[in-house]
Amino acid sequence: MSPKETVISVQHLTKKFGDFFAVYNISFEVYKGEIFGFLGANGAGKTTAIRMLCGLSVPTSGVAQVAGFDVYKDTEKIKANIGYMSQKFSLYEDLTVLENIRFFGGIYGLSGKKLQAQTTNLLEKLALAPHKNKLVASLPLGWKQKLAFSIAIIHEPVIVFLDEPTGGVDPITRRQFWDLIYEAADRGITVFVTTHYMDEAEYCHRVSMMVDGKIAALDTPAHLKNQYKVASMDDVFYQLARAAQRTE
Amino acid sequence: MQQLYSFVRKEFYHVFRDSKTLLMLFGLPIAQILLFGFALTNEIKNANIVVCDYANDNVSNELITQIAHSNNFTLAKIIHTQTEIEAAFEEGDIKLVLVFPNNFAQDLYHQGEAAVQIIADASDPNTATTLTAYAQNIIRDYQQQIQRSAPQVLSIIPQVRMLYNPELKGATNFVPGLIALVMLLICVLMTSVSIVREKEMGTMEILLVSPTNPLVVIIAKALPYFFLSLLNLTIVLLMSVWLLGISINGSLLLLYFVSSIFILCALSLGLLISNIAASQQAAMLISLMGMLLPTVMFSGFMFPIENMPVPLQIVSNIVPSKWFYIIVKDIMIKGTGFAAIWKEVLILSFMTLFLLAVSFKKFKIRLS
Repeated sequence: MSPKETVISVQHLTKKFGDFFAVYNISFEVYKGEIFGFLGANGAGKTTAIRMLCGLSVPTSGVAQVAGFDVYKDTEKIKANIGYMSQKFSLYEDLTVLENIRFFGGIYGLSGKKLQAQTTNLLEKLALAPHKNKLVASLPLGWKQKLAFSIAIIHEPVIVFLDEPTGGVDPITRRQFWDLIYEAADRGITVFVTTHYMDEAEYCHRVSMMVDGKIAALDTPAHLKNQYKVASMDDVFYQLARAAQRTE
Repeated sequence: MQQLYSFVRKEFYHVFRDSKTLLMLFGLPIAQILLFGFALTNEIKNANIVVCDYANDNVSNELITQIAHSNNFTLAKIIHTQTEIEAAFEEGDIKLVLVFPNNFAQDLYHQGEAAVQIIADASDPNTATTLTAYAQNIIRDYQQQIQRSAPQVLSIIPQVRMLYNPELKGATNFVPGLIALVMLLICVLMTSVSIVREKEMGTMEILLVSPTNPLVVIIAKALPYFFLSLLNLTIVLLMSVWLLGISINGSLLLLYFVSSIFILCALSLGLLISNIAASQQAAMLISLMGMLLPTVMFSGFMFPIENMPVPLQIVSNIVPSKWFYIIVKDIMIKGTGFAAIWKEVLILSFMTLFLLAVSFKKFKIRLS
């Protein structure tokens, strides 16, 4: 990651619901090919922040560019350049693997040979080819999540947003899931990920910690552990979250 | 276009994978046709009848015997004064009163004709028409019987009087009402549920983050149900013609045209509901209570609007299915053309445009 190309740039971004500052004055940058961990307790404002970056929610104030596009004016262009996978499971359970791939490929504007090639490629990579005509509902959770991630980047977006992608999955499967994330990052896709699992925070290149709508810390996991003089990200998180005023 | 195509195909998968949806989609209209057509048959047996016999002669007595022996009627009592007629109806279970005037036999044999009055309780118009028809049949049969042994021409003239609802509005066939009902059910319920399901599953979020135009989402949701509704209309019409022997007197093209407008109207209602409802159950409940009930109550299909209190009559005007029901009835039963129903079509079209505009506007592009 030597020449740092900025793909997300956020300055003083704020979102207010009534009198409540869900996100208050956050600023950060994310670079191309980076795996950026976006951590925080429930209710710290993570989801609100992600929604603003994805063009789902209009910021109250501040400036932000995603993939070079303004979050106020160019939401449609942003949408064409990002992938998204949410904490809620996001494939159609009553459709087969193949049908899901084709549908999402289709709405991301892939068609004909390109869609065909991506589909084959994806099925092969996930070793799902023998199961392509099975309903997604019948797949194990780990497979579903890998499939959901692969579909979220089927159109080779600049950035993929993952909102707690590994909820409820066992450590081994989570590990495999992160292999996919690394692979995507190696291809130059920037990964913006929120998580509850602190072991996953260790996998990120840099992490930010949100507390009460503000960013309380932002650095590499190694630096953060040094700074707080603790052995694990778990302890870093604990020290920071303890100061939180807000509860859920 | 590619997006829309992928989307519409996906929606069809949803429909055909879900056996419950399918059952509702096709089972419901068929069940209703069968139910209305056969179970709720309009053949009436042993209806209570009262005879007011001023004549009390041999002809009237013979006729009364014939009526009493018919399967359709049970002779409740024989009365002799006008005031007793009203009282009999008010008691409730009397559906029909036959009145033989003074000198019935005399008029018949000396002047060649005599009148018999048939008074029906037309607050239930279907029953009233059926029963008067039965009574007229019996009288006609009797007339033919006595004609054989008489030298001159004899005719008994039944004078039908419908009490409480003289014009018998609402007595026409149930099929137009059923069409309105089925269309609403399929369109409103299915569209709202399918959109709310995406909200519940979290897939709506993915769609909103994708570069898909929200308009494409709406159109893709609506298209499959539009076609399925037309298919359903065809099924209902075919069954009505083949199974129930109802003939369609007007233009089929016009019927399909107006139905398309009504389907659009129903689809936009479904869209509106999907904006309000947070869960599939809520969507279902709002569709049923908010759409089906007014249709049943206010379209004139089950209850004649003319019999309602004025405020309710006014309310009935904002129910789209009322207008659709009037139009379909006119086309199917009266066989009228566009010239006669353009006003209703116009009203329905405006309602549709209004609802479409509101629902497009309300459809949330951003989740916040």
